[in-house]
Amino acid sequence: MKFTASLLAAGLAAAGMAGQATAQDVDNLSVAYEEGGRYYTEDDVPTYNIGEDGTVDWLTYSGFRRYHSECHVCHGPEGEGSSYAPALKTSAIDMDYYDFLDVVTNGRKVVNAASHNVMPAFGDNPNVMCYIDDIYVYLKARGADVLPRGRPGQREDKSDDIRAAEEACLGL
Amino acid sequence: MKTFMTLASVAAMAAGGAFASDTLQAEIDKPEQWVIQTGDYKNQRYSKLDQINRDTVGDLQVAWTFSTGVLRGHEGSPLVVGDTMFVHTPFPNTVYALDLADDGRIKWRYEPKQDPDVIGVMCCDTVYRGVAYADGKVFLHQADTTVVALDAETGEVAWSAVNGDPSKGETNTATVLPVKDKIIVGISGGEFGVQGHVTAYAIETGEQLWRAYSVGPDDQIMVDPEKTTELGKPIGPDSSINSWEGDQWKIGGGTTWGWFSADLEENLFYYGTGNPSTWNPAQRPGDNKWSMTIFARDIDTGVAKWVYQMTPHDEWDYDGVNEMILSEQEIDGETRKLLTHMDRNGIGYTMDRVTGELLVAEKYDPVVNWTTGVDMDPESETYGRPAVVAEYSTEQNGEDVNSTGICPSALGTKDQQPGAYSPRTETFYVPTNHVCMDYEPFRVAYTAGQPYVGATLSMYPAPDSHGGMGNFIAWDNINGEIKWSIPEQFSVWSGALATAGDVVFYGTLEGYLKAVDAETGDELYRFKTPSGIIGNVMTYEREGKQYIGILSGVGGWAGIGLAAGLTNPNDGLGAVGGYAALSDYTALGGQLTVFALPD
Repeated sequence: MKFTASLLAAGLAAAGMAGQATAQDVDNLSVAYEEGGRYYTEDDVPTYNIGEDGTVDWLTYSGFRRYHSECHVCHGPEGEGSSYAPALKTSAIDMDYYDFLDVVTNGRKVVNAASHNVMPAFGDNPNVMCYIDDIYVYLKARGADVLPRGRPGQREDKSDDIRAAEEACLGL
Repeated sequence: MKTFMTLASVAAMAAGGAFASDTLQAEIDKPEQWVIQTGDYKNQRYSKLDQINRDTVGDLQVAWTFSTGVLRGHEGSPLVVGDTMFVHTPFPNTVYALDLADDGRIKWRYEPKQDPDVIGVMCCDTVYRGVAYADGKVFLHQADTTVVALDAETGEVAWSAVNGDPSKGETNTATVLPVKDKIIVGISGGEFGVQGHVTAYAIETGEQLWRAYSVGPDDQIMVDPEKTTELGKPIGPDSSINSWEGDQWKIGGGTTWGWFSADLEENLFYYGTGNPSTWNPAQRPGDNKWSMTIFARDIDTGVAKWVYQMTPHDEWDYDGVNEMILSEQEIDGETRKLLTHMDRNGIGYTMDRVTGELLVAEKYDPVVNWTTGVDMDPESETYGRPAVVAEYSTEQNGEDVNSTGICPSALGTKDQQPGAYSPRTETFYVPTNHVCMDYEPFRVAYTAGQPYVGATLSMYPAPDSHGGMGNFIAWDNINGEIKWSIPEQFSVWSGALATAGDVVFYGTLEGYLKAVDAETGDELYRFKTPSGIIGNVMTYEREGKQYIGILSGVGGWAGIGLAAGLTNPNDGLGAVGGYAALSDYTALGGQLTVFALPD
């Protein structure tokens, strides 16, 4: 596992990406294990899984769809940011997973003379909260520069576990 | 004295004469002023001023500038009434009164206190399309839907009224229509499942007079089933709720965030309604009346005289809110009162504005492909309906299917940025988008005050064209033809101005103010302002000198969608990033630039 992480770090540095990923001691990107079609880091934080042929895991694909339904109208296409709101592909890398969840759930305000930024609270919005890991891993893949802009091509199928969790969350 | 005044006001009301609109019409008729956002009740955005003309415009210079202090998308334009210029801002919706007789000194400013939570429920930036003047008052409609009447001399609040509830996603971005003894206002929030409406308030007191919904039971939508017509036929009872499944109409959209025009002779005002919600058509079977509809309503009673639904059962977010430009033109030797509307769906409609008869419906961008055209045969069962192309039907392709290559995109061939009409050339000058999309609808749940979208979109410049994302076109509304078209690198998101100098002005997202020849489209002048332009060009005259004013400040849907540049997922991964990014050309700003000819 450590070996994979170093390789990844080296790859990022070579691609000139070292500045974008924050200097975190923990590897917040690499897959440590899979569970029911979801992928996690060593610290049990959700992450993307992108195969050598570009096949993405279901959550990353689903995150692409949910992001462009719920987030895109303020944050711009593909997590790139806009004239209105920050680039979330960067936030997903810079922020701790739990802080990310907190801001999405409870919102955040930066209102002063120079800035009127208000992120609404999505805590009671099932279209966001039932897919929050999907959106998070999609944005992390974008921020790590392992997923190009545009619609992901090949993807893994939706697992039974993911389908069951989605239906339970939406109350279907 | 009291008795006399009461009698007099009753008499005035009975005669339908001595209303605010009479004095407002007189103010509108002075070409040296710009007293409402649309220039006049006809929304022509045409000025009789001609000092700046096709021969002189090349000498245009910046006369003075003013920073608004806000760094957000600046839509709309300043007003000029007498010696005073009124400048508005996006949220927090500050209003400045500048004394043009004293070098632009700030006479007063009004800074409303609004809960910043409203920012979070404004889809697509905190834009505001500007204040209106009437009767010695300036009318502000804040983001949080508070309507405020300000004394034009002092900035003091004369009255205020609350039009909606931001906690349900009800907000405002539009200007108001001051007409007769009323202020007529709309509402935003189509992406939050708001049930759209227009509401009239008494211009003197702010008392609510009537409210007409876009969707719902007949009493709520204020129609007469026998007398309200669509294409000449009565709409019949329950026309709206019969076109929805279950209670979906209650969160059915049809918001009213565009422009209003009015014909005082006919006692009608005109506007269009927005998309039905959600964006997933499978969740709302039926025609979803009266979303996507042109409404002609009685100014006094609010009751609809005629309606025309342009895009029944929308599948692409083609809101019908764009401006209705009124003109009097000859058709087959007869002068007709016309209404011309360049819709988001890519079709330019010309209608008889008295009867609601459909005269012309033609594509105003050749790339429009979701329809083969509108059925113009009055004998046909589908008279007035667009024929939908199955390949581009997000309804027929179904939920969780990505429909690709649809033109136009959800931005529309044109959004709210208003066109202009010159009676001299009988030509409409229209800022447009040249963008296509992929659209994948999926099922969503409704939560009050939360976004209610239900589709994933990817947008990209129209394929196999000039590579740019916009055009500025000259449109012949009688023959339904493009006269000329100027390709633009980015969508043209600025409102146009036509003048008696045979010059047409518009702004670009890079920040250029451009002047072109009204006959040929040849560029005569350009100047790069500090930020991208999504505002509308206006003109006024002072002490014998003509001025051109424009707000800069990139933002709105354009700033969100285009900041990072577009990509075409269908081009394959290698081509990604091949299109211009707006952020490479401009940054946030908030500035008024005023131009004039040298002395």
